[in-house]
Amino acid sequence: MNNEWLFVAFFIVIGALVPIAAISVAWLVSPKKSNPIKQSTYECGIETVGESWVQFKAQYYIFALVFLVFDVETVFLFPWAVKIGQLGLFAVVEGIIFIGILIAGLVYTWRKGMLEWS
Amino acid sequence: MEFWKDPLKAAADWLAGILVGWGLASQVSQVIIAFLGVLILISLLMVLDIFLVWVERKTVARFQDRLGPNRLGPFGLIQPFADIIKLLIKEDTTPGGADKWVYNLAPVLSMMSVLMIWAIIPLAPTVVGVDLNVGILYLIAAGAIGTLSIIMAGWSSNNKFAMIGAFREVAILVSFEIPMLTILLIPTVLSGTMGINGIIESQSLWYVFLSPLGALIFLIAAIAELGRAPFDMGEAESELVAGYNIEYSGMKFGMFYAGELLHAFTFGGFWAIFFFGGYRFFGLEKVHPFLAVAVLIFKAMLGYWVIMWVKYTLMRIRIDHMLALNWKFLTPLAFILLMATALTNAILKNSSILIYWAGMFIVNIIIAFVALEIARRVSTAQRARLEGRKGAAAA
Amino acid sequence: MTISQIIFLVVAGFTLASALMVVTTRNLIHAALFLVATLFGVAVVYAILQAGFLAVVQVVIYIGAIAILFIFAVMLTRRDMRDRGPQMNRMQWIGALLALLIFIGLSFLLSSWDGYSAVAQEMPADFDTMGRLGEALVSPDAYLLPFEVASVLLLAALVGAVYVAYTRR
Repeated sequence: MNNEWLFVAFFIVIGALVPIAAISVAWLVSPKKSNPIKQSTYECGIETVGESWVQFKAQYYIFALVFLVFDVETVFLFPWAVKIGQLGLFAVVEGIIFIGILIAGLVYTWRKGMLEWS
Repeated sequence: MEFWKDPLKAAADWLAGILVGWGLASQVSQVIIAFLGVLILISLLMVLDIFLVWVERKTVARFQDRLGPNRLGPFGLIQPFADIIKLLIKEDTTPGGADKWVYNLAPVLSMMSVLMIWAIIPLAPTVVGVDLNVGILYLIAAGAIGTLSIIMAGWSSNNKFAMIGAFREVAILVSFEIPMLTILLIPTVLSGTMGINGIIESQSLWYVFLSPLGALIFLIAAIAELGRAPFDMGEAESELVAGYNIEYSGMKFGMFYAGELLHAFTFGGFWAIFFFGGYRFFGLEKVHPFLAVAVLIFKAMLGYWVIMWVKYTLMRIRIDHMLALNWKFLTPLAFILLMATALTNAILKNSSILIYWAGMFIVNIIIAFVALEIARRVSTAQRARLEGRKGAAAA
Repeated sequence: MTISQIIFLVVAGFTLASALMVVTTRNLIHAALFLVATLFGVAVVYAILQAGFLAVVQVVIYIGAIAILFIFAVMLTRRDMRDRGPQMNRMQWIGALLALLIFIGLSFLLSSWDGYSAVAQEMPADFDTMGRLGEALVSPDAYLLPFEVASVLLLAALVGAVYVAYTRR
């Protein structure tokens, strides 16, 4: 199999094995004398109140949504950018229209106040 | 003579000869050699990582007008090894309410996401891990796995500080990915390829001269992607203690720490690759592959030094300012710069190199000047409004 | 069986197993993380097919953006991370039977198609996938209109998201 991705797979596998090896060695040689105080959640010495898996701000979700749209858009632009040098002005204008429509989206989001962190 | 021209290839051929001599198929032996090559490269990276700990500590000491590690060995060079021994024999506490599997997986993914980037970095014209034709997106994909490791670490620790730190960090990371991706389109437009090696090969004129503004935005976005000061919202010490990795100790913390340092060095390298010609330095790279590697490492070190310089000079920005900087300034600016670059490239690409360079440069300077002028006016107006409100409250 | 077939079977098994875990695990964040594993498995399948662009985009979009969005959504809508209700309802056997019938029917239909048993050709090493894709996206007689419509669709998605999340201040 003459596939360049095999090489990438080696990188991913060895890249995962190296930290696993380091952590395993540390696990072998380190002392293990656990007690409930050591295992308690660290909050600057103050007793933890309630669970920490709590509800979060909706603001994070909105930023993630806006990010998703622009992420998909820039990924669409990569094939365009690769070929643009050989295709002339027409292709450039197409790309500019594409980006322009999305900038309109950004402006809309901005005007609606969705980019404010409150 | 052949050996001196390209020692790595000669060594690989020699090894292939031995393996085929043992009766292995030539394809199988190629795979084994590739595996060994990856193993050696990653081992060297880990050694470099240990060295980076020393570099970082020594440099921050200089910035803060102190000496830094200087007891163990010459210039404190042995200090990182002492640090490793300490990390190894330190007790590894796991918080009681933690989600064990996710908790232990997060540091591994964090380190892996950095190491896997090196698959596409060309160290020299002939020393390329693998020249993917989607190299740039591969870099972003590795970053996505790093983002995931942060959210895993923050969630599994069952700690409110860790959770808040992880959420803030991820919000910053994903936000700054947009200007980063957009700026990475500029080298793609200029070189007509997404392969990292192709981008370096086409930089007979470094792209920093064609797109100085792009190089600057890339640096800002890269620092944010690294989660370093002034964008280190995830681990704001004074409010979140240590952020997403607060509950980690021993070697697991070490993995986050080492991963962050290597990540910073890697992005220094990518800054050099995309905008400063990578391993190219006035034809030096053609003399010997090892010389090219040395040039790239040197440039990456310079990039890393600039990142450290920013980190230890500027103070942390508030999260709302940080997100406003990204969405209201860098993102529109990056899009406008991309459009202008594509247009100028299409108009001027057939004219002489001097006109091409001058055109690109002037376009960049004009956009930078206009953007800064608008930002200055808007911020002056905002400041005046805030001060007026404060004055009214005082009266 | 060739090596690439063995690799494919291992990856497919991994993908299916993590997909099964997505629907059976009771912890919502675990479900999201298993979904990430499933999507990564799909990316590996793309890579085996030498569709590098799709493989990388799969990781960038699905793991880098959509999985993060899921985790944020779970964190902000649910106070409790564990699902306690029963996982099966009265119709489980009928559902299983229907799924099996659909699977048999699809396999039967596909087996009569000649692409079912065809072996894909190895791609030439110098085949410029990115260039072809870029050309197809911007030439008027290929996919120019879908390309521009995609941008309008993304704009609509953005407007929709803002509308849903909009709170009057």
